[in-house]
Amino acid sequence: MSAVANAMRLDADKRAREVLTPEGLSLPMTIASRGARAGALLLDLLFIFLGFFVLIMILAFAGLSLFTLEMGEATGPMEAVGVLFILLIFLSRYGYFLWFELGPRAATPGKRLLGIRVAARPVDGRTATRLTPAMVIARNLVRDVEVFIPSFFLIGGGEQAGVAGWAAFVWLAVFVLFPFFNRDNLRAGDLVAGTWVVEASHAKLKDAMSVAAPDRSSEYRFGAAELAVYGEHELQVLESVLRHGDDNAMSEVAQAISRKIGWQYGGADDREFLESFYAALRAHLEGGMRFGKRKADKYS
Amino acid sequence: MALPFFSKRNEITPPADIEAASLRSDRFRLEREVDWQRLDAVVTALEKGRPRRIADEDVLDLPVLYRKATSSLAVARETSLDAATLDYLESLVRRAWFQIYGPRIGLIGWLRRFLGGGWSAAVRGIWLDICIALFLMVAGSVVGWLLVARDSDWYYSLVPGERSGGRVPGASAEALRETLATQDHGQGLTIFATFLFSNNTGVAILAFALGFAFGIPTMLLLVYNMVSLGAMMWVFAQAGLQWEFSAWLAVHGTTELLAILLAGGAGIHVGRSMAFPGNRPILAAAATHGTRGAEVMAGCTIMLIIAALLEGYVRQLVGSPATRATVGGVMLAFWLLYFMLPRAPVEKG
Repeated sequence: MSAVANAMRLDADKRAREVLTPEGLSLPMTIASRGARAGALLLDLLFIFLGFFVLIMILAFAGLSLFTLEMGEATGPMEAVGVLFILLIFLSRYGYFLWFELGPRAATPGKRLLGIRVAARPVDGRTATRLTPAMVIARNLVRDVEVFIPSFFLIGGGEQAGVAGWAAFVWLAVFVLFPFFNRDNLRAGDLVAGTWVVEASHAKLKDAMSVAAPDRSSEYRFGAAELAVYGEHELQVLESVLRHGDDNAMSEVAQAISRKIGWQYGGADDREFLESFYAALRAHLEGGMRFGKRKADKYS
Repeated sequence: MALPFFSKRNEITPPADIEAASLRSDRFRLEREVDWQRLDAVVTALEKGRPRRIADEDVLDLPVLYRKATSSLAVARETSLDAATLDYLESLVRRAWFQIYGPRIGLIGWLRRFLGGGWSAAVRGIWLDICIALFLMVAGSVVGWLLVARDSDWYYSLVPGERSGGRVPGASAEALRETLATQDHGQGLTIFATFLFSNNTGVAILAFALGFAFGIPTMLLLVYNMVSLGAMMWVFAQAGLQWEFSAWLAVHGTTELLAILLAGGAGIHVGRSMAFPGNRPILAAAATHGTRGAEVMAGCTIMLIIAALLEGYVRQLVGSPATRATVGGVMLAFWLLYFMLPRAPVEKG
């Protein structure tokens, strides 16, 4: 369990980037994981597929069957349906991604659901640049050789075509596997367009910790030596435990802390104890910060 | 959640009791919270694409609110250890940054600037690659002609069976003339035109997208397509129909071949930047060339719509070679003038 959590944190650290805004503020970004991107793509393809499925069903109910449609023989409403269909296929292949990524969220529905978006890659690796329509167009035109041609190739049984089939297969695999061979998870389209895909978290502002809990600094007094045991990482773990509010976890943590700082804590009220300790520890560490002293975790 | 919550009408209640907070960093946060949430509401409305929902005073205050949030983040990073507040501020500033420094113009504005000069500037910017693509296309058709002229069996391997439609070496002039004839009615032509458009655009996009691999597949695609055209040209020339065939081809061909030329040029442009990035890092070079190529490609789509309409309607309804050639010539002149006439420079967006 903790090994998995550790691995995930390591992976997230590897994907962390910093860009510099024009205000000179360094803004942390997290590169979207390959899994999230693949998931978003599958979701989008699913939406397109479902859209067509529904459309064909509606047409079938209206008594129009596309399979009897012959080019050049269609007249009247069937001609309109045929035109509509060819245009829709074209638009779903080239227009769907383009339309949504040109919007203010720069994300297709699949990307939105997985909390990622397209952004311009910093030119010199640092200064943030703005996303332009031309970038979005470029990355979506290249999508064709990365997504649609390989899938048509596989569906069409292209791999059975002997040596040429194998050559084509290897060739397309280069495009498909491209994101695995660079550290920003760029696909070929991102490289050509100068974009990358980052996580677009949408955090809600939670309650202030010291307002939710009354001030109990007179009941629980922690000495400087007791507060010197922990660092910022432990403080933030404690914060998440308190915000989560799970009784078992709180009692476990309260036991661990009292053992560590050498208190004979009876376990009367875990939340009260933890909140007081949190407030005292945070005041202590933040006081140190104001003098430029930081303590990252209990080992430092 | 017992947050200072704002309802649909964007009412933000200030925190009740700032002095009650025992921690200094929490007081810092409570004092500024209202401004953050005003910014949050504006950014949310912008993300939803509903800027009209934003109150006037919020729009006026937007730059101030944004700078306040960024400075709050900078201060909070040095004074506060409240992970939730830091996360919120980072996410808020990032979202605000994406909106404020997002594309300034919408699709319509971009299109106007694009047609008013951005496109032709991009086309002029890749002139060298267009010359390479033109050379390849001419060479391809000459090779096709020569191959078939030497041994007409080549024709069957160069032109796939389903594309030839009776246009084979040794066919009588009558049969060949038949393939160039018009339809006497306009039925089904819309489907035909739509099909042509989506098919040709697919080929053009492929030509661009394959440019990523140093442009080599793009070049092969250009040559391959032109070889079969050259071969077909020979078949018609043998039957003495070169003028009719050229006119038949010119109606839409001047537009369509020009679009394919531009798409191929854009693909080579990208490929060239990857093979020879010059002094810049390869990623930066690819990105500049890629976006310029994408502008050219967006225009190619427009050209291919026009080409498909010409091919689907005009060619099927107008029979006389002279009229066909005139239409094709006028289109060619129009495109050349459009791309070559210098216009007032447009600023990049």
